[in-house]
Amino acid sequence: MNIYAHRRAVNFAIMSLSLLATATGLMVLFLILWSLLRQGLPALSLAFFTQSTPAPGNVGGLMNAIYGSLVMTVVATLVGTPIGILTGTYLAEFSRGSHLAKVVRFINDILLSAPSIVIGLFVYEVMVVRMGHFSGWSGAVALAIIFVPVVVRTTENMLTLVPASLREAAVALGAPRWKVIVLVVYRAAVQGLLTGVLLAVARVAGESAPLLFTALNNQFWSTDMNAPMANLPVVIFQFALSPYADWQLLAWGGALLITLTILALNIFARLMASWSTFSK
Amino acid sequence: MDARSHGSAAVTAVGLAPRSMRRQRLGDIVFRRLTQGFAIGVLLLLGAVIVALASGSTLAFRTFGLGFLTSETWNPVKDTFGALPAIYGTVVTSLIAMLLGVPLALGIAVFLTELCPRPLRRPIGVLVELLAAIPSIIYGVWGLFVLAPLLQTTLQPALIDTLGNVPVIGALFQGPPYGLGMLTAGMILAVMVLPFIAAVTRDVFLTVPAMLRESAYGMGATTAEVVRAIVVPHSRIGIVGGVMLGLGRALGETMAVTFVIGNNHHITASLLAPGTTISASLANEFTEAVSDTYTSSLIALGLILFVITLIVLACANFLLWRLSAKEGA
Repeated sequence: MNIYAHRRAVNFAIMSLSLLATATGLMVLFLILWSLLRQGLPALSLAFFTQSTPAPGNVGGLMNAIYGSLVMTVVATLVGTPIGILTGTYLAEFSRGSHLAKVVRFINDILLSAPSIVIGLFVYEVMVVRMGHFSGWSGAVALAIIFVPVVVRTTENMLTLVPASLREAAVALGAPRWKVIVLVVYRAAVQGLLTGVLLAVARVAGESAPLLFTALNNQFWSTDMNAPMANLPVVIFQFALSPYADWQLLAWGGALLITLTILALNIFARLMASWSTFSK
Repeated sequence: MDARSHGSAAVTAVGLAPRSMRRQRLGDIVFRRLTQGFAIGVLLLLGAVIVALASGSTLAFRTFGLGFLTSETWNPVKDTFGALPAIYGTVVTSLIAMLLGVPLALGIAVFLTELCPRPLRRPIGVLVELLAAIPSIIYGVWGLFVLAPLLQTTLQPALIDTLGNVPVIGALFQGPPYGLGMLTAGMILAVMVLPFIAAVTRDVFLTVPAMLRESAYGMGATTAEVVRAIVVPHSRIGIVGGVMLGLGRALGETMAVTFVIGNNHHITASLLAPGTTISASLANEFTEAVSDTYTSSLIALGLILFVITLIVLACANFLLWRLSAKEGA
């Protein structure tokens, strides 16, 4: 074989492999979605949304788990959003060249990927042990801790995309620094900030590891945040590993519900980012 | 940027009414301190996590000493615990994930930067990134009900019949095909870390100067040669950073692994056998741990996991951070 044919053959082989790698990745995504639809759709009935988790063999749904997930995610969002946005603001607006900012940025990037089960252990140690029982509050706090780094990262990125000329114009009009940030910079970057919050919601909504030792689970309908609280991920964990076919069916239904919600949030967040005035 | 820091000084010169001036400046200080306070809070959080885990695990380390790290016994009945099987499982599953995931991720990055038609780049890139959005519990359910039975009847018997007979590495592929086990966990982890590594790698590939790339093409290089001789050498640090980031994720991944690992606290040579990881032990046993030593040993496992992932992630972020600093200069 002459050298040109050989090089062309090598090129063809490597390019085919890269195509194959991409096809593999996409195929796994579609296989997962397909299994979820096939196994989960039959579980979605009226009872699924209106009844609480049943004993094996009884009719029931996941209403208590859906409610618990919703409430804990909302609390985590309410707590995590201001903390994340203010920290991100410090990094983007006030920290030029400071060592503190470098360290915070570094630590935040580590927290972003830190194992979420360790966060669960941490909240168990500082909240559950002190309070003496598992609770919805401690679950929400664990989720908030996972929420913050995501918002910090996107907030900093989005604020640095806002052109300096906007800030300079506001300063030239005599606005103090905090007004420049709150009334001009935030407003210019609002889609970006919302994108970060949505991505963080999507991240925590599916987290189960940090809830195992904090919110635990609750078989019954409960709105008491001081008591153990049902939530979709932990119910899926328990029901999927159970030997009962009806529990497994509910687990598939829950899995489908949570995946569709999270994928929708993700896609919506991306659209939002692309509408942003200063997107890349 | 200087205009911003000198802003208030400029306003003073113009001469604003002193009282409202002072109020505005107070607002500035309060806002600045507020954001700084939360930034310090994020910093303290990391310290607090380490302190809480360390204090929770003192009992275990006091009872078993450093032998906790090297002991293979995990016996809740006799209240004797050792971390080695869990550490071993964590490392082995993560290594399998890297072996399978890194080539796939590099392939995807090459496809997205060199081969894919421009209009398709964004949609395909987004689809790959959506793999990262799927919650880990979903990977677990899917692995348990779909992937494990499939592997049990197809890949695993094939591996046992072929590689199982090869000397030396044959020991890795012995025993009955359980379906569940370290190989299955590693394969799921590979899919889960894929999007992170692919995204970082694609981004560093895109920073290769067009001139270098075009010069190589101009000399008649094929796409594969451009990738090997220009793109990869130029983005070496970034690739290593991305791989470390993926490794950090794989080490700490919990729910997906818990479903398919089989929870067995014994070290077995075969990759097809059930094992356990640090995170899976925590998820399975923590709420059922009855004695203080048991609980404390599990928290000690958590501390070990946290320290390992911190080191890996710190290296990853350091590499990626140095890279972006160089780019900015």
